[in-house]
Amino acid sequence: MTALSPEIQLDHIARRRGLMLVAPAALWTVVFFLLPTLSILWLSLYEIEGGKVGETMSLVNYRRFAEQGYFWQSLVNSLVLTGLVTVISLALAFPLAATIAFQVPPHLQRLCLMLAVLPFWTSYVVRSYAWLLVLAPNGVVNQTLMGLGLTDAPLPLSFNRAATVMGFVHFFTMLATLTIYASLSRINPRLMLAARDLGASGVQVFLRIVLPLSVPGLAAGAFLIVVVVMGDYVTPQILGGNNDLVLPQTIMMQIQRRGDVPMAAALSVVMMVVVAAAYLILARRLTAERT
Amino acid sequence: MRRGAVTLAVLLPMLVFIYLPVVTLVLFSLHDGRVPLPPFKGPTLEWYGKILANPRITVATLNSIMVAGVSAAISVGLAMLAGWGLARHRVPGRGLIEALILMPLTVSYLVVGLGLLVATGGLVPKSLALVIVGHVVLNLPLAFAILYVQFDTAQARLEMAARDLGASERQVFWRVTVPSLRVALIAAFALCFTFSWDEFIVAFLLSGFDPTLPVVIWSLLRTGLDPQTNAAGTLVFLVSVVAALMVEAFLLKRRKDGPVL
Repeated sequence: MTALSPEIQLDHIARRRGLMLVAPAALWTVVFFLLPTLSILWLSLYEIEGGKVGETMSLVNYRRFAEQGYFWQSLVNSLVLTGLVTVISLALAFPLAATIAFQVPPHLQRLCLMLAVLPFWTSYVVRSYAWLLVLAPNGVVNQTLMGLGLTDAPLPLSFNRAATVMGFVHFFTMLATLTIYASLSRINPRLMLAARDLGASGVQVFLRIVLPLSVPGLAAGAFLIVVVVMGDYVTPQILGGNNDLVLPQTIMMQIQRRGDVPMAAALSVVMMVVVAAAYLILARRLTAERT
Repeated sequence: MRRGAVTLAVLLPMLVFIYLPVVTLVLFSLHDGRVPLPPFKGPTLEWYGKILANPRITVATLNSIMVAGVSAAISVGLAMLAGWGLARHRVPGRGLIEALILMPLTVSYLVVGLGLLVATGGLVPKSLALVIVGHVVLNLPLAFAILYVQFDTAQARLEMAARDLGASERQVFWRVTVPSLRVALIAAFALCFTFSWDEFIVAFLLSGFDPTLPVVIWSLLRTGLDPQTNAAGTLVFLVSVVAALMVEAFLLKRRKDGPVL
């Protein structure tokens, strides 16, 4: 990250000083993040017996996960939701980022970008609630549609998976616009001009130059989306109603209703494995950063 | 002309989509009626008066400000020391330490909250202090990522010059390193502050009987659509926007000022 020339690498300062400076942050992460995460793994290997954590280690929680449709289905729901949100958000964010990067005059780009992501700063509990206002049976959208005579009765827009997708897509379109814009704004415009001079069509320029060079931005956006959508409890809980429960909802259900923290721990481990897999798939794309 | 039309054809619908919920939220916080749904009547400030007179909300707001301020200060402080240590000293296992500090970025907030819940195992009572600990875990990697890239060669030369002129390590840190990074430090603080201020799930799992504002707003949601929730949500949004604009303003200022100082 910070490559220093040899004369500036201060060798008169002992390594110990460096370690002492790093130690507080490293210790904080080990004690309050790494060990607690390992304790989730450890607890997931115990079973609740008679309201208390049992004594023997087993994989019983994981077996319950594999055998009970209820848990299994929530993982499937989470994966479907994550897939939908990722694809739709990137598809919406790309034209927005491209328009700002290539069509808006350079001195206005920053302002435009800021305007495009300002609602990003709504608290996320509040943002889901705001979508409920918009999508409610008597909400803005339904009243507008009925006012225009496009529909007679209110459409069921809230308390279903579509509403959850809408809430997430709204948030991630803004986020992905930032990461994609960062990639696009780094593309040297001469590359596109040169391709044009050599006879490439607009579509070819897009497919062979713009799209490949924006892959790091797309991958960064996709990873952020996967981490948050896989783990978010709030948005599906507020907008999704009681159908199509996702993994974080079943995790919270185990903690709050059942008092079965070991089962919640096992489900969290499953969630971490999925996110880690997504990271491994996307990591190569992330580091394929070229100028 | 055609180019402008295409630009608008993409930008306008996107902006409508992006602003629709926020505008609805803010507009109906001024609604003169029990249910915040169209047609709009008003405006009235009645609901703002109601929530500002509600002790649950005011206490939770103070809790949130305290948690956000303290956790952001700790995050930035730890990140600053770690960044300085890693950038200026030959620390063994540097790559490993960097990866360790950045690791919490790759898990869900729910996992961080659940981890602390399991690890404290009922031995440590739920409290705002525990929420602060959790929020530092979430924000430390962010503050580190922002500050670490700021320790560049030009900045190292300044420190060298100060040492050559006889400054002690302590003096170098407080008189050169910290002032030369003040813009990034403020930006990192403001960003950590907003993320903590907005954070729900860790606070929900760990705050116990002393809730933060997002947790109280969550419990307000159970009563259904209510203009009071709109008013509270609008205030939370305004605080975040002010902090975000601060980050933006400081980042812009830095670019104009040139690389260092």
